[in-house]
Amino acid sequence: MTVKYTPDHEWIELDGDEGVATVGITPHAQDALGDVVFVDLPAVGANFKKGDVAGVIESVKAAADVYAPLSGHILEVNEDLRADPSLANTDPLGKGWFFKLKMDDLAEFDALLDAPAYDALVKNA
Amino acid sequence: MSAQVSTPALLRTPLYALHLEHGARMVPFAGYEMPVQYEGIIAEHRHCRESAALFDVSHMGQIRLAGEDAARALESLVPVDVVDLPVGKQRYGFFTNSSGGILDDLMITRRANDLLLVVNAANKLADLAHLNTHIGHRCTVQSLPDLALLALQGPLAADALARVNADVERLSFMTGDHFTLAGKACFVTRSGYTGEDGFEISVAAEDAEALARVLLMQPEVKLAGLGARDTLRLEAGLCLHGHDIDAKTTPVQAALTWAIQKVRRAGGARAGGYPGAQTLDLQIANGVQVKRVGLVGLERAPVREGAKLLDAARHNAGHVTSGTVSPTLGVPIAMGYLPVNHAATGAIVHAVVREKTHPMRVTALPFTPHRYRR
Repeated sequence: MTVKYTPDHEWIELDGDEGVATVGITPHAQDALGDVVFVDLPAVGANFKKGDVAGVIESVKAAADVYAPLSGHILEVNEDLRADPSLANTDPLGKGWFFKLKMDDLAEFDALLDAPAYDALVKNA
Repeated sequence: MSAQVSTPALLRTPLYALHLEHGARMVPFAGYEMPVQYEGIIAEHRHCRESAALFDVSHMGQIRLAGEDAARALESLVPVDVVDLPVGKQRYGFFTNSSGGILDDLMITRRANDLLLVVNAANKLADLAHLNTHIGHRCTVQSLPDLALLALQGPLAADALARVNADVERLSFMTGDHFTLAGKACFVTRSGYTGEDGFEISVAAEDAEALARVLLMQPEVKLAGLGARDTLRLEAGLCLHGHDIDAKTTPVQAALTWAIQKVRRAGGARAGGYPGAQTLDLQIANGVQVKRVGLVGLERAPVREGAKLLDAARHNAGHVTSGTVSPTLGVPIAMGYLPVNHAATGAIVHAVVREKTHPMRVTALPFTPHRYRR
């Protein structure tokens, strides 16, 4: 399993054999947002191009877009997160995952940021 | 080439260093750098409802009016009974404009030698100008920028403060007096903006940090920021000027008629005599077309300020003026204005959020019960 990142503070874990990417927000993102109170998840089966708005995450004070980091269609969404949005704060890398996406183009994954590049981006923000 | 405009630096309250020490996330608010949260908004909110939260509200304006004519003079600007307000008692009121709209809401306390006004930070310069322009010739209008203001709010606030000075327990809701707290001269009222029992403490700026540290030593007390202050007041059904009330809303539309004592209404001994009195008397007599209501979301999506409200036929009905997810109830709550025929408790309206509609039910305010010690 490889994990990569976007400049929008999303992590993407690739199951290379299946071309399935699991997507969530990073610990940095949940810290910046504060207490998450609502998530609007994409519909299963919905198609997205890389960079499309796929959902919304809301904290007490504000709403922020969640982007599709890769082109593909949604296979599964995290119903536990829908029921308990605070999972995005307490376990952003684990139980707080947002959705699983079947990728159209595996090459798009390579173009994402690796961990050192993402860490550098966060440090310089 | 464009002209360079420099924005003035943000002001800081006397507790700025304390906030940073406690890991506050600071944000600009009304020209000040203020703590929006420390541990987290929901944790701080819960701590207020369960124990005692300490808020720095030193950014707010404190103004004293002094002189024989001060009470009557203030009555020419607010539809409130100030003349018969006894020493030690506090009232809620508002400055009105000629249309009966609300220029600002404020707390008024009668003290032995003056009236103490506490006004919103965002309006304090305008309020001072308003007072000086209209009654500056009738009484002393004195801004008190060297005072800080701390709010200690929650069911255990009295236990905590009584440990510092047992005498504060004799205060009941909406009363105030001078007390020495941790060796510092303070003026304390038993009131606040959370719906809980609590105190607002006016103290010299140079004493504020030391006093705050003594309060934080009490086991019940933790700091809370402006984020929690907003969710608390919304759960308590309390208005925020600039959002739920403004120059275009009258107290009658805002369901604040209770704050206009009978003596200031048509037929009362000191009826009228403040801006917009005719409009307000007509609205009190004949009713209004729109009114402020509470709304509870029947789905999960928060509905925030600015959201349109639609009726069952999906026609425009009104708008939301404040909204969040209630930390206590776990559901979206909001305040907004609806036409009176859609505003009955239990009525369903539909809030537009990101081009989808979400049903909400009109609810009596407050969302969480007030727990004042009367």
